Amino acid sequence: MAIKGEIIKVAGPLVVADGMRGSTMYEVMRVGEERLLGENIGLEGDKAYIQVYEDTTGIKPGEGVLGTGMPLSASLGPGLLKNIYDGVQRPLMEIAERSGDYIERGLDVSGLDVNKKWDFAPSIAKGEEVKAGQIIGTLPESKVIEHRVLLPPRINGTIKEINEGKFKIDDPIGTLEKSGEETPLYIYHKWPVRIPRPYIEKMEPDEPMITGQRILDVFFPIAKGGTAAIPGGFGTGKTVTQHQLSRWSDTDIIVYVGCGERGNEMTEVLKDFPKLIDPKSGEVLMERTVLIANTSNMPVAAREASVYTGITMAEYYRDMGYKVSLMADSTSRWAEALREISGRMEEMPGEEGFPAYLASRLADFYERAGKVTTLNGKVGSVSVTGAVSPPGGDFSEPVTQNTLRITKVFWALDSSLADRRHFPAINWLRSYSLYAEELSKWFDENVAEDFTSNRKDAMRLLQQESELQEIVQLVGPDALPERERLVLEVARMIREDFLMQNAYHDVDTYCSIEKQYEMLKVILKFHEYASDALGRGISVEKIADLSIRDEVARMKYIPQEGVEMKLKEIYGEMDKEFKELA
Amino acid sequence: MDSQEIKIREYTSVGEVSGPLIVVQGVEGAAYGEVVEIETPSGDKRKGQVLEARSDAAVVQVFEGTSGLDTSGTKVRFTGETMKIPVSVEMLGRFFDGLGRPIDKGPEIISESRYDVNGAPMNPYRREYPNEFIQTGISTIDCMNTLVRGQKLPIFSGSGLPHNELAAQIARQAKVLGKEEQFAVVFAAMGITYEESNFFMKDFEKTGAMERIVAFMNLADDPAIERLITPKMALTTAEYLAFEEDMQVLVILTDMTNYCEALREISASREEVPGRRGYPGYMYTDLAMSYERAGRISGKKGSITQMQILSMPDDDITHPIPDLTGYITEGQFVLSRELHRKGIYPPVDVLPSLSRLMNQGIGAGKTREDHSGVSNQLYSAYAEGRDMRDLVAVVGEEALTDRDKKYLEFADRFEREFVTQDRDENRSIEETLDLGWDLLSMLPERELKRIDDDIIEKYHPKHRS
Repeated sequence: MAIKGEIIKVAGPLVVADGMRGSTMYEVMRVGEERLLGENIGLEGDKAYIQVYEDTTGIKPGEGVLGTGMPLSASLGPGLLKNIYDGVQRPLMEIAERSGDYIERGLDVSGLDVNKKWDFAPSIAKGEEVKAGQIIGTLPESKVIEHRVLLPPRINGTIKEINEGKFKIDDPIGTLEKSGEETPLYIYHKWPVRIPRPYIEKMEPDEPMITGQRILDVFFPIAKGGTAAIPGGFGTGKTVTQHQLSRWSDTDIIVYVGCGERGNEMTEVLKDFPKLIDPKSGEVLMERTVLIANTSNMPVAAREASVYTGITMAEYYRDMGYKVSLMADSTSRWAEALREISGRMEEMPGEEGFPAYLASRLADFYERAGKVTTLNGKVGSVSVTGAVSPPGGDFSEPVTQNTLRITKVFWALDSSLADRRHFPAINWLRSYSLYAEELSKWFDENVAEDFTSNRKDAMRLLQQESELQEIVQLVGPDALPERERLVLEVARMIREDFLMQNAYHDVDTYCSIEKQYEMLKVILKFHEYASDALGRGISVEKIADLSIRDEVARMKYIPQEGVEMKLKEIYGEMDKEFKELA
Repeated sequence: MDSQEIKIREYTSVGEVSGPLIVVQGVEGAAYGEVVEIETPSGDKRKGQVLEARSDAAVVQVFEGTSGLDTSGTKVRFTGETMKIPVSVEMLGRFFDGLGRPIDKGPEIISESRYDVNGAPMNPYRREYPNEFIQTGISTIDCMNTLVRGQKLPIFSGSGLPHNELAAQIARQAKVLGKEEQFAVVFAAMGITYEESNFFMKDFEKTGAMERIVAFMNLADDPAIERLITPKMALTTAEYLAFEEDMQVLVILTDMTNYCEALREISASREEVPGRRGYPGYMYTDLAMSYERAGRISGKKGSITQMQILSMPDDDITHPIPDLTGYITEGQFVLSRELHRKGIYPPVDVLPSLSRLMNQGIGAGKTREDHSGVSNQLYSAYAEGRDMRDLVAVVGEEALTDRDKKYLEFADRFEREFVTQDRDENRSIEETLDLGWDLLSMLPERELKRIDDDIIEKYHPKHRS
């Protein structure tokens, strides 16, 4: 029985309605004559506080409010991939067809294409017992992804009928029977976005997510199923880093949530992804991508919902046994949406006006990441990387601090690096990855046995450099002994020739893990040769002048195919030049 | 909204006047965002807007201020409409106040198209990615922080810096190479002085651009709350000119700091929980509602490029106004007091400046194939030179190596030759890039790590001659 009430107050995105006894928390509401989409976020006697996902201009007290009896849910089924949605899963292409260049209000659009037919092939037979979350069949969703149709969680029984053929999402593909009751089966189901989808158990993440970005993979790796935070002031490259992750990460599915950010940035993804080729599958990136775009000028409450919509979709593909990564850009805008709604509800504010439940909401969100055994026994993972936009670039603010308490990887963007166009502007001294140790085993077994020790050597040089820089600032570089000046030289090579990576360069934008390893090894080898030369009484100036250094600097531009050959040459040349020094 | 509901309702039940707000009691069915007309006891007419609609009362912000209002004789009429503005090409060459009323003694604008000033969010799926290079003739912009059509790029300035001169020079010189198109400037002044607005008008007049300009003027002595609506008026007009009349529109919004102050005033009167430095928590969203109205739409010829000018209080870039702006806009030009003191014009500090859309607008076929490499190399060399300056201040120049001295000299020459240009000097992109190469050629060739080898061989002065 739908609850019907009446608006008594409108204040921005918050509407208060009376006569709502019986409606439930987080129930979806239709507000006013235009039937705007909203959600209960507070109940008090007969009154309901509703956050409205659309602009409330023109809504009047006295207009009606209708309960739908359903919590905010995502439709999960084929057709999510290659699509672009707003924060409450309305496809923007569909909206464009209905309302043109601008987004009008009160549009009721289905999240999945209701007219498209999919080739469904069952993987179970009539009479079979099936459990919640079990895979009951497959269909080709995109060129690279096979969609595994799942029995919705919380349902089980015996298959009474199951058919093969072409189906629309609303066509029943069969029926399920349990104690005499029959339920029709579809190739999609709905799931409330604020509730994590169930799984059997969480596992220890033990495999790295290779991103093709040198500073991330070598120094601060994230595991598949892990969480990372990228805080940084404006212009430090949060979005470029997130775009790079979504382009080159070796996961099966990408969910990109543009939460309260720029419209043009989403357009860039939309224009780029259908053209860029995924190094893994050889098909365009769009074939494995879901986009959610709730730009900064779209209603603030839908921004709050967008991260939940995104993570629910990510979990859905995880349950099919895929490795999924989700990028949220930016979680600060989401937190600000919470703050705005909280302020309108006149709740007691916590730090900087954010609600007191900010920390627990952030924790709930990031905890939905992980590597799990799904209900059907497959292993899937959801990795989450969240950009944070701290005001004034100051990391001591509540959103950054609360995020860092939960996430295991911290990629600290640094505006002084960005100012000198050192990109990615990730500060190698402040950043950390708590997965680095656990993942060492994987790297040493799968890439090279001295992978971890090389990383540690390089890190030591960078550490030493920062200490020496302090002395240089006081007394000038000439005052340092030769051996320390060599450290400065080599650390500079690590910074410029290894850590710096140009996202816009055709070759440099993606660097395979093997090449990453080799590049670092070359620089360390140089250090070895140079230390040896110093021992023979050769000056740092002479070493710094060697033409092999130019070759080293240009390693990053060597195309993948030619790496092995070219490196052999470099080693040969290095050996020769150092011998000639004597 | 049903037509029978648009009946005009008048009330005299103002229950409270507080700052720029009034609370009207016993109102039935006032809509959120509805426009009201207010008549003071002395017969003055003012405009306001509903900020909060309750079943028995409405909170109204009064644009022209509340002085002279009382709780007995003031009449409030609810118009049943949201804020709208009539738009037409007749607006070109005209002057309006901050609420869109003509102030140039010309006739009222009469048009069948009346647009809601709040606009609606552009569907990201319908946007066209901005990638057309705009040549401004200013080296620090064209080479280092390229502006593209449909971009929103603010100037972060401070009191006493020549941001107005720079904005006027950009408006004067900006063009897309090889194209003749309809061009218009929409100018929105918020709380700037008469002299400042006069400077812009004189400058536009001098270049004969007057008939291509629509100006909305809320000057320093105009009501502060009126400023909240001025950019919306301007952007609605811009949207009409760009997407209905196929024009290339440059919108100049100055000074956004005054706008944000007005926003804070309203928020404080409503006793809202303040965010940083007393600005409301929703300031990011509010600014984004205006800034995001820049862009291009696929299938439409016109475009809206936005340039916001804001003065950073105490030159502090971490102040909430520049900070939130920088998070929304596609980059920023930062003016430096230090360069200005050295007599350098335009005093654009390229290091903290940025254009996010630059990579899409440059390269072969758009500017020149060496653009990206030259620009990156100039950046890093200048950054290095600036570091050397700090070092020299501590240890003296003698302690530097030869390499370091070269960078020191580079930074000086970069500021004197590359950054500096005349107020009417219009450099082509080729001139700018060649100038960049001249400067780079003073460094050893092997230091040019940011430029591909084949580009160096083609463009480096040593190889060219």
